[in-house]
Order: sequence, then structure tokens, then C-alpha cells
Amino acid sequence: MTQTSQATLALKVEDLHKRFGAVEVLKGVHLDAATGDVISMLGASGSGKSTFLRCINLLETPDSGNITVHGETIGMTTDKSGRPTPSDMTQVIRLRARLGMVFQSFNLWSHMTVLENVTEALIHVLKMPKPDALDRAQATLDKVGMYDRQDYYPAHISGGQQQRAAIARALAMEPDLMLFDEPTSALDPELVGEVLKVMRALADEGRTMIVVTHEIGFARDVSNKVIFLHEGAIESEGIPADMFGNPESARFRQFLSNTLH
Amino acid sequence: MAMAEQERTFFEYLVYISENHSPLDFMLVADHIDKFFFGALLTLEITILSLLIGGVMAVPLAIARAYRTPWFNGPIWGFTYFFRGTPLLVQTYLVYYGLAQFDVVRESFLWGPILSNAWWCALITFSLNTAGYTTEFLRGAIENTPKGEIEAARACGMSQARMIWRIVLPSAFRRALPAYSNEVIFMLHSSVVLSTITLQDILGVGRWLNGRYYLAYEGFVTAMVFYMVLVFFISTGFRLWEKRWLGHLRPRDTADA
Repeated sequence: MTQTSQATLALKVEDLHKRFGAVEVLKGVHLDAATGDVISMLGASGSGKSTFLRCINLLETPDSGNITVHGETIGMTTDKSGRPTPSDMTQVIRLRARLGMVFQSFNLWSHMTVLENVTEALIHVLKMPKPDALDRAQATLDKVGMYDRQDYYPAHISGGQQQRAAIARALAMEPDLMLFDEPTSALDPELVGEVLKVMRALADEGRTMIVVTHEIGFARDVSNKVIFLHEGAIESEGIPADMFGNPESARFRQFLSNTLH
Repeated sequence: MAMAEQERTFFEYLVYISENHSPLDFMLVADHIDKFFFGALLTLEITILSLLIGGVMAVPLAIARAYRTPWFNGPIWGFTYFFRGTPLLVQTYLVYYGLAQFDVVRESFLWGPILSNAWWCALITFSLNTAGYTTEFLRGAIENTPKGEIEAARACGMSQARMIWRIVLPSAFRRALPAYSNEVIFMLHSSVVLSTITLQDILGVGRWLNGRYYLAYEGFVTAMVFYMVLVFFISTGFRLWEKRWLGHLRPRDTADA
């Protein structure tokens, strides 16, 4: 594992394990994401795909395995009771700011307007001067079609608008990598399209994205790599043409036929 | 006799009506109204100061409780349990009358300026009392911060301290605001305890009037009116504050510009 080969990867995850009590949710998952990759992670609910995504920015602490962001491996150690914990929390905090995350339930800060949601981390994490943060936030909101909703509170806009605002919040940080945790699963069917359209535009810009999703169409048409998780392990992975055109895995075929009614 | 009636000035006539026919002797109240205003000043002074001091104390205490900070959580729980579990009157007596029993206290440098003084004793007790209540409902508000909003704060690279300061507290203060308006009104009402330790608050003036003229209604009804007016201002103030601060909780149609 040379330094140069790692540095070319936006993200490298090696042998990730995670258990919740008696249940082993992740049984040694690997992932390599080069810059510009759009990777879709598919799998039935309970397959561990969301947990995997949440381990990448340490919202869940993995039990073992390595996570390397642009050549920098997150240091892990064990606490007094023997549980794994980051050895340097400031490193985790620094890396999180470079990993934009979009959640299933949007998770906008409800007491702030859309604009304040976007400027918050620019000003208080990236320490941008306020006028610059405002400019960047408004440009980003414009990009996701939320410019004219910038003064609304999250509770006063639709789910699709909230999710686009949440994407703007993550995007404005200009992250190296964006993590999407089932971004359309909480939306009414007629609102899914507007969010997918924004995500498609980000992929077209060459942004590195890892998308946990149930949207087969997005996985097939937008991503350049598809990973299918089954019970905490990678069952099958490959480029969309192979995965969907000629699925080798019987379980993946089964999954597809269940999803694509 | 008829002549005497005519010679009375209008003012004397009012006094006559007030003393003999009116259910309340309004002229007596009017004569002493300045005392009630001074009483109101004292009531407000102690209430506002103790709310400020207690409120500032409650923020770190509530954070320590909500995050179960080792070493602090237990003692703070004991503190809030004591101050919420016993009447304010008893607490005030303990500080004002009780502390004097201890030689150590009487000989300490705090005795002269502070602990032998009813005003200071009241301020200390009231501040600790409201800190106890505020700590507990602020702790509840902090614990009710939506999990997703916390995760979003962590995910964008905020440290724990920054997250508490920027996301958790602003959101918790808003949720706690309706409960806090009750606390403010309760504190105002509880401040009548002042009148039992020699202080001339609003009720204190009412009691003085009663003691001097043996007219219970005049003093106490006037005191009631004063408290009602103050509560009216407090609740109006909080309504405006909530309108400003809780806009994100209003239904969609009224909030749309």
C-alpha cells in the first residue's frame, strides 16, 4: 500500500466491522472511491448500507477497519472499557468538514432559516467572513433552485425543498466527498424527482459521491459503480452495465425483481 | 347643618364618600400610593435580579445535567431537588434567620454587608431557587433537541462545544421559552416572601396599611391590582418574544410572507 496509490483515492475503506449488541451489522466491508466516482450502494433494509455510510464520518464508531480520506487514515484506539474510539477527535472533526452528508430526514436546523442553515458551518466551522459565506450560500442555494426560499424556515417548505436545502448546506462546504443516506426515502413520490435532478447535476459536475439509495434508476443511470450489500457484506459490485445488464448474483437478481415490481 | 355641607370642598367630599360609603377607602389608598410604587420597585428589583442570576447559573448546570457530566451531575441533581422540593419561604427563613445561629457565619467578612441584610438574603435564596427550576426544564429542553439536528451538526464538523453553543442551546432556549414565562410569573408571585423578612415589597406595603389602619381590603386589593398589572406586562412581553423567536413553529400559512 504505497502512499501515492492511496492519495489518488478520495476514500478508502478497508475491512470495516460493526456490531450492535449481538448483531454483526457490517462483516468486513471494503470500498475504494476515486475522485469523481459516483458510487451507489444498494441493499435491502437491514443490509448495513446506512450504517456503513455513517461509519465513514464516524457518526457510528466502527469496531475495526481502516477509513482513509485522501490518504489520511482516521486514527482509532480503545477507551478504558475497551470500546473502539477515535484517538484524535480533532482529526475526526477536521475530516467531517470535508465530508458533506445528506440525511434521509433532511435534519435541517429547525430554528434557522434555509439561508442560516447554509451559512452556519461556513461561518462557524470554516471561519469564513460573513459576507463571503453569504455570497457562497446564496450561490449554492441558487444552484439547487432554493434561492427564493432562502428566508423560509424548514417547517414552512416541502420535503423536496428541505432536502435540496440540506444538499446546499453540505455542498456549500465544498467537500471532497459527499455522502447521501437514502436522500429520497422520506419524500412523497412526486417530490423525489426534484432531488434526484439536483444529485444528477452534482454527479455531472464530477463530484465524488457515495449514495445509499433505493432508486434503481439513479444507480443505473448516474453512478459509475454499484455495490450491493447483503447482510453486512458485499454480495456483488461492478459497473452499472454489468450489474443490471447481467446480474451474476442470484440475491441481487432477487433484490431487483422485488424492487422493480 | 346645611351650611356646613356646602362649606366642604370637593376633596373633603371625596374623602367622606370614600370613608363612609365606598366599599374600599380609595382616598386612603391614593394617599399611600407612592409607597406601593416603591414596593413595586423592590418587588421588580429582586425578581429581575434573581431571574438574571439564576438564569445565568442554570445554563451551565443544565448542560452538565443533560450530558450527565461525571462529578457534577449528582450534586446538581441534589441542588435542584432541594430547591424544588422545599418551599421558598422555608429556604428564605433558613438563610435569613438560620444562618445567624452560626458563629462562623456571624464572624465571617460576609456577615456585615451581606448575610445580615434581608435584601441580600432574599436575592441569594431567590436566585438559587429559580436556578433550580430553570436548570431542570432547560435540561429537558436540551435533551429534546432532535437527534437528527445533532447529527447534522456533528457531520458538518462542529466540535461538541460549538454544537452546544450554536445549535443545541438556541434551539433549547426556544423550546423552553413558554415554560420560562411561567417561571417568571411564579417568581414574581413568590416574591411576596420578601414581606415576611421585613422588606417593603408590594405585599409588604399592603400589610403595613392593614397594620396601621386595620383596613385589610384596601392594602391587599391594591397589592393584587399591582401584581395583576405586572403579570399583564410580563405575559405581553413573552407573547411578543415568542412571536419573534418561535416563528419556525408557526403554521405555514401565517408565516408565509
